[in-house]
Amino acid sequence: MFDKIWDSHVVHKISEKEFILYVDLHLIHEVTSPQAFDGIRLAKRTVRRPDLTLATTDHNTPTINRNQPLKDKIAELQLKTLAKNCKDFGITLYDMKSPFQGIVHVIAPEQGLTHPGKIIVCGDSHTSTHGAFGTFAIGIGTSEVEHVFATQTIRQFKPKTMQINLTGSLPSGISSKDCILWIISQIGISGAREHVVEYTGNCIESFSMESRMTLCNMSIEAGARAGMIAPDNITFEYLKNRKHSPNHQSFEKAVKIWSTLKSDPNAKYDKVVDISVEDIEPMVTWGTNPGMSTPISGKIPELASFGSEAEQLPIKRALQYMNLEAEQPISEINIDRVFIGSCTNSRIEDLRIVRDIVAGYAVNKTVQAMVVPGSTSVKKQAENEGIDKVIKDAGFEWRDAGCSMCLGMNEDVLKPYERCASTSNRNFEGRQGHNGRTHLVSPAMAAASAIKGHFTDIRSWKFKT
Amino acid sequence: MKPFKKLTSTILPLDRSDIDTDQIIPKQFLKRITKSGYGEFLFYNWRYNSKGNPNLSFELNDLKYKDSQILLTGNNFGSGSSREHAAWALLDYGFKCIIAPSFADIFYNNCFENGILPISLPNKIIEPLMLKCINKPTFKITINLLDQTITNISSSKSLIKFEIDSARKNTLLKGIDNIGETLHYESKIKAFEDKQGKHKGILPF
Ligand code: SF4
Repeated sequence: MFDKIWDSHVVHKISEKEFILYVDLHLIHEVTSPQAFDGIRLAKRTVRRPDLTLATTDHNTPTINRNQPLKDKIAELQLKTLAKNCKDFGITLYDMKSPFQGIVHVIAPEQGLTHPGKIIVCGDSHTSTHGAFGTFAIGIGTSEVEHVFATQTIRQFKPKTMQINLTGSLPSGISSKDCILWIISQIGISGAREHVVEYTGNCIESFSMESRMTLCNMSIEAGARAGMIAPDNITFEYLKNRKHSPNHQSFEKAVKIWSTLKSDPNAKYDKVVDISVEDIEPMVTWGTNPGMSTPISGKIPELASFGSEAEQLPIKRALQYMNLEAEQPISEINIDRVFIGSCTNSRIEDLRIVRDIVAGYAVNKTVQAMVVPGSTSVKKQAENEGIDKVIKDAGFEWRDAGCSMCLGMNEDVLKPYERCASTSNRNFEGRQGHNGRTHLVSPAMAAASAIKGHFTDIRSWKFKT
Repeated sequence: MKPFKKLTSTILPLDRSDIDTDQIIPKQFLKRITKSGYGEFLFYNWRYNSKGNPNLSFELNDLKYKDSQILLTGNNFGSGSSREHAAWALLDYGFKCIIAPSFADIFYNNCFENGILPISLPNKIIEPLMLKCINKPTFKITINLLDQTITNISSSKSLIKFEIDSARKNTLLKGIDNIGETLHYESKIKAFEDKQGKHKGILPF
């Protein structure tokens, strides 16, 4: 599949390894684009295909009081700069007032812009999300954003390929978030470096598009250049009747083309990893990178299990930062905050799961919990389904769409030393706020721990509805 | 972009692996709309305590290394966020070369876009080198990109060869503007678009 997409996008072969590839869709946001627009202007160049470029505001946009002037003047300047740049160069912008606004990786699929076979780029590492549709989708730096503006192409060194074959069916209560945390704990945070990962196996075939997106989203946390899943009927059904999907007759034509993208059964990969999903448990990270995780029934591993003293050093540092100890049971860790959101887990399917768990319960008194939908459309859909009411009744804050506390560039941050159960993708030091402590979990686990005040095994949850 | 040809400097040893770009330049400094001025915020959360005073045990605050233009560090440097601000901050601070056993993909690419030379070397070379610069902060090396060599200036004998893709090497040596290069293929881009025909805006069919 990867080769098929790659080969069909080669504009020029620079050398055996380096290629110029055509870009079908360029997504931009306020944080990594201003310097690229500057560069374009300075060099008296222009944006070659504004019609293949789409902008949204997500990274530093407030999720509350949107009709008031922004408190953060520097963030405001960044948003204004994006608006001006889009106007000057004729690029469509979904700004804070737009019904289509949201996290860049949530809105493109839901608007029907992410199609199988496309090459999609964005100045954001989680662009890998779009690979769930059988696209080659990669995060790029700002210089490359400028390159795409000017040429509608990217220069790429051809990556190696890796197959991660997931077999079996997921036990109940286990989500694709647990799967990807498990995979990263097995192959390591640089286990897929220099590779494009294709997820295959009967487990994947049963995944919804939302679950597939979560999986591909966090491929970057294993160091992968991109994650991909071959398009199938689930993909096509998802795309049907979306705003920018091909309509009627051309949809059928499109499905025919998309269906040819599947990898051949005897496709060769540079690396193959087989994983049985039957024994995966709900996962919780305890350290300062996404590879440091343990099943909910487990304990933080003993130091000796990490090998030599030198190898134990980063673990010690991480535990010190997290204020945890080796061999501490995961279910005894108390939390102060819960964040349900981010491009990893903020889609309608995630919010429905949260609703089912918290219905009839109240958020623990010791916890401050919030739900931030991935897009304004997701928010609206959830409100139409009454999800917001159940969640608010339980004591969660219900916010406007954006990246929010995934990276805390707006006001949504952890206070120093606060401990958070988060459905986002990175638990790096300070990611959610200076000295904040992040534990990555699935939406179900986050919701349940909001109620209990500590991590708890979702598999034994007593649903009240 | 300034070309990179040769560099002689002391080395700042930062013996940690998996340093992510959130640590290199924390998010609170990403709100600017320029490329310059990030050096003072490099490794901010490690470099300063919560009161904003320098954390004296952190390597960057060790005056013995204040003029180092080479950073020596652990595995998987630059993982996480794609923010090119990480490369801008390193460059603005004064680092022109980073030596590590391995780099994260997007960061590696961002280095070349900004004239920074990332060199990956096996652990068996990195480890003794790390010890050497910790024990002897005045220790200097010369990096010669054209020959792909690292020499110890006090005894030009100890010589390490490093690997680098020839196209990437050329970009650095000449300080090439990639966009300008790609635009030489304008007719091919045009031909591709014509052939694709279907790419009429965001609706592809
Ligand atoms: S939600 Fe988080 S990871 Fe996703 S695009 Fe926003 S900041 Fe990046």
